[in-house]
Amino acid sequence: MVLVVAEAREGALRKPAKEALSEGRRMADKLGAKAVAVIIGEGVKTLLKEISGYGMDKIYVADSAFLKYYHPMAYARIISEVVAKESPKVVLMGGTQTGRDLMPRVAIRVGGGYAPDCTGYEINGDSIIAVRPAISGKVIVKVGFKKYPAFMVLRPNVFGVNEDIISVSSEVVEISFEPTEVERKQIVKEFSIKTAGRPELTEAEIVVSGGRGLKDAANFAMLEELADLLGAAVGASRAAVDAGWRPQSDQVGQTGKTVSPKLYMAIGISGAIQHLAGMSSSKYIVAINKDPDAPIFNVADFGIVGDLFKIVPVLIERLKKEKARS
Amino acid sequence: MRFELTEEQKMLKDMVRRFAEEQVKPRAKKIDEEGQIPRDIIEQLAELGLFGVHVPEEYGGSGMDYVSYAIVIEELSRACASTGVLVSAHTSLVVDPILKFGTEEQKRKYLVPLAKGEKIGAHAMTEPGAGTDVTSISTTARKEGDYYVINGVKHFITNGREADIFLVFAYTDKEKKHKGISAFIVERGTPGFTVGKLEHKLGIRGSSTAELIFEDCKVPASNLLGEEGQGFYIAMECYDGGRVGIAAQAVGIAQAAYEDSLEFAKTRVQFGQPIANFQAIQFKLADMVTLIEAARLLYLKAAWLKDQGIKSYYLYSAMAKLFASDVAMRVTREAIQIHGGYGYTTDYNVERYYRDAKITEIYEGTVEAQRLTIARAILKGI
Amino acid sequence: MKAVCFVKSVPDTETRVRLTGNRLDKSEIKYILNPYCEFAVEEAVRKKEAGIVDEVLVISMGPSRAQEAIRSALAIGADRGVHIEDDNLDGSDAIVTARVLVEAFKKEGGLDNYQILLFGLRAIDGDTWSVPSMIAELLGIPAVTNIVKLDINGNKAIAIRMVEGGEEVFEVELPCVFAARKGLNEPRYPSLPSIMKAKKKPITRYTISDLGIPSDAVGKVGSFTEVLEYTLPPQRQAGKKVEGEPEQVVEELIKFLREVANII
Repeated sequence: MVLVVAEAREGALRKPAKEALSEGRRMADKLGAKAVAVIIGEGVKTLLKEISGYGMDKIYVADSAFLKYYHPMAYARIISEVVAKESPKVVLMGGTQTGRDLMPRVAIRVGGGYAPDCTGYEINGDSIIAVRPAISGKVIVKVGFKKYPAFMVLRPNVFGVNEDIISVSSEVVEISFEPTEVERKQIVKEFSIKTAGRPELTEAEIVVSGGRGLKDAANFAMLEELADLLGAAVGASRAAVDAGWRPQSDQVGQTGKTVSPKLYMAIGISGAIQHLAGMSSSKYIVAINKDPDAPIFNVADFGIVGDLFKIVPVLIERLKKEKARS
Repeated sequence: MRFELTEEQKMLKDMVRRFAEEQVKPRAKKIDEEGQIPRDIIEQLAELGLFGVHVPEEYGGSGMDYVSYAIVIEELSRACASTGVLVSAHTSLVVDPILKFGTEEQKRKYLVPLAKGEKIGAHAMTEPGAGTDVTSISTTARKEGDYYVINGVKHFITNGREADIFLVFAYTDKEKKHKGISAFIVERGTPGFTVGKLEHKLGIRGSSTAELIFEDCKVPASNLLGEEGQGFYIAMECYDGGRVGIAAQAVGIAQAAYEDSLEFAKTRVQFGQPIANFQAIQFKLADMVTLIEAARLLYLKAAWLKDQGIKSYYLYSAMAKLFASDVAMRVTREAIQIHGGYGYTTDYNVERYYRDAKITEIYEGTVEAQRLTIARAILKGI
Repeated sequence: MKAVCFVKSVPDTETRVRLTGNRLDKSEIKYILNPYCEFAVEEAVRKKEAGIVDEVLVISMGPSRAQEAIRSALAIGADRGVHIEDDNLDGSDAIVTARVLVEAFKKEGGLDNYQILLFGLRAIDGDTWSVPSMIAELLGIPAVTNIVKLDINGNKAIAIRMVEGGEEVFEVELPCVFAARKGLNEPRYPSLPSIMKAKKKPITRYTISDLGIPSDAVGKVGSFTEVLEYTLPPQRQAGKKVEGEPEQVVEELIKFLREVANII
């Protein structure tokens, strides 16, 4: 049996959760097993139908005001109880900050092997083998499990979301929840969303990133315009962040975020090894740089050698025309 | 024998490299263009304890050794040669002689703030008429009661703009020739002492090179360093140690030029492949890295001998400086060649390295003077 | 109040990874103190300088090079180190690592002595981001990972955790685990006098038998996962590179976005 931990925020399933649900069903089919989901939060009962549509045979739901925000101890306890009841072969979750905080807790609590940031897996008879990058993507590791359940956290944007609704009648199991004394000692006081309506960097299909070549914070307005035309997130190189042009949360690379979008546009980014560590698993890379020898061109599927200040405005105008046409 | 840095030396090297890469290197081009090292860099160097690397902790230093000091100079110079020489001239030519020849009172008053980097030092020997031949200086110090009265003009004084404390050489007795030269600690602001014009230079443009003017400048007799007539000897000791610093500086410049060339050769494509695939470029890179390693070993050996208190270390510091400055010139020249037309432009750093390298063949003893020192030493049987 | 930092020695960020067959070749790797651990140590030292904490302990598990990581932490300003070194530990996964670290921590007095437990969010080699949460779970205490701000007030802490697209402000009672990310602080460069002082600070060494852990509970034998093989990721090939008038190169880019990437 495959157990999927679904994650919601502000009343909606998060994209990595949809990916995990989709992959959970596919994996269960390969194993000839059932797929079960668990969802925790406040008001998450409204999501049961949607979760069911991913072909979940059973759904556990813990719905409580105390669980409105992520609570490491409480969430871990609830999931561990479900694991104890269901004895799954695999537990899947999307690779959000929550997923990467929560799954290690559950893994050590129930005593199963843990493999985060999975970009693939193999099923070998009775065994699951997780495939994941390590050392900042410089090496790919195959991880075997000696203790099951196998806890796997999936890298966002790698596993596809199943767009077809699978009609099954899911059994719903409500979990009654009361926080323990020690759980009451940790609470989220507030939660604030900081993005300006753009997709989250790690979840975006398209990322438009700027670097030292942008020369000034104000010039990022141009990149934002481009990003909005493409429905993209805006990223930045370390140079742009260190210069104070962009917040640290926008940084892509070794000390920033790792992204795997369908399209990554590196604009005015030379492509230092630390930057490549954060984006080289993107499906397509486009680079615009005035230096023909910039290392970014070694990984770019499409490179333009030239002045970004001349090229990007033309690209923006061209995309506007494209949009008007469609 | 062991070719390994100690754990502390490794940590020091890592720290200085990181600091220099992150804080100094990104500003090196601007330092070169504007001819000035920003004050905040000097303050950071002080906070990190880089102005008194080999000075014992009791005198405000970091309590490390001369090898450590030389490593600091290489790493700083790899990022910015001007910053390297600021620390080197301060340490080898002012801090070291006060540490060695200063009275306890002089150490408390001058060595402590110098080692902490609260004060910067400059060494004032050279005059318009006295370069390699230091005995031809014309500055004089006349004793008057509890004071010496200094008159004369110094020029080409490194750190002249930044320094607070100057080690000034003057004749107390011209008759005695080199045995009549004495060394004085002179504070900026002493009446009769002014800092004059600054030189415009080919390289190390961020390092100041100033003229100093002494007109009846009264210095307390207690500021005499060592004894009367000991100045020449003190100066020679300074240069023996200073040469290790300059050799390290030369290696740092060469290292930067080599690293830029290696990166360029790997990414620059001509005839459909990176130029690093061509043997002509490979041979240049092979020569560069070999020369640099040899020069580095020489300066480290000289520094190590000095730490062991072995007198003949001066022979090795002369060899280190002679060889390293030549290496810096050859490596930076080839670095421009590898970069081709790009290397000749200011878009790349190699032209700066080339300009910065030249001075290492000149200051703190020209290459010719080093050969003389070496020749005399070997003929003496050292 | 006392703080403990758990740190790791990792390959330098510039390291090129080499394989011998399908195993990692570690012979030419230069190791450093994990950059994320630096944020943790810096934060602990700042809390000490602010008078909130009166001792900063550093614990690291690993071969002899782990001692260098501990020294680096001591040079930043931590007070003393604990180094767990044992040949049996080779090949340990995150779960074993967490268990061993917890035993060493308990040997040092555990939660009775230390109320602030700081980690780097992730070690840049294994990249599992898991040990902080695992240790919190083993100790039965809360954890706030991925933090950019930490304020300690009596036995309470307010910590700001970065999540995708936003921030969560956590209020927790100590003891608590905190995992630092970039942005929490700007780690200092250790000064030369601090490097010299670090040399004199004590490092206690433990083997697993000192910690009462049997050898079959650690290393490859005791782990719940095993690395079956390492491979190098497929090299990305440089694609098309164009140069020319903006209108013309943009037209080619549009063609690429439409026909190859299927974006428009």
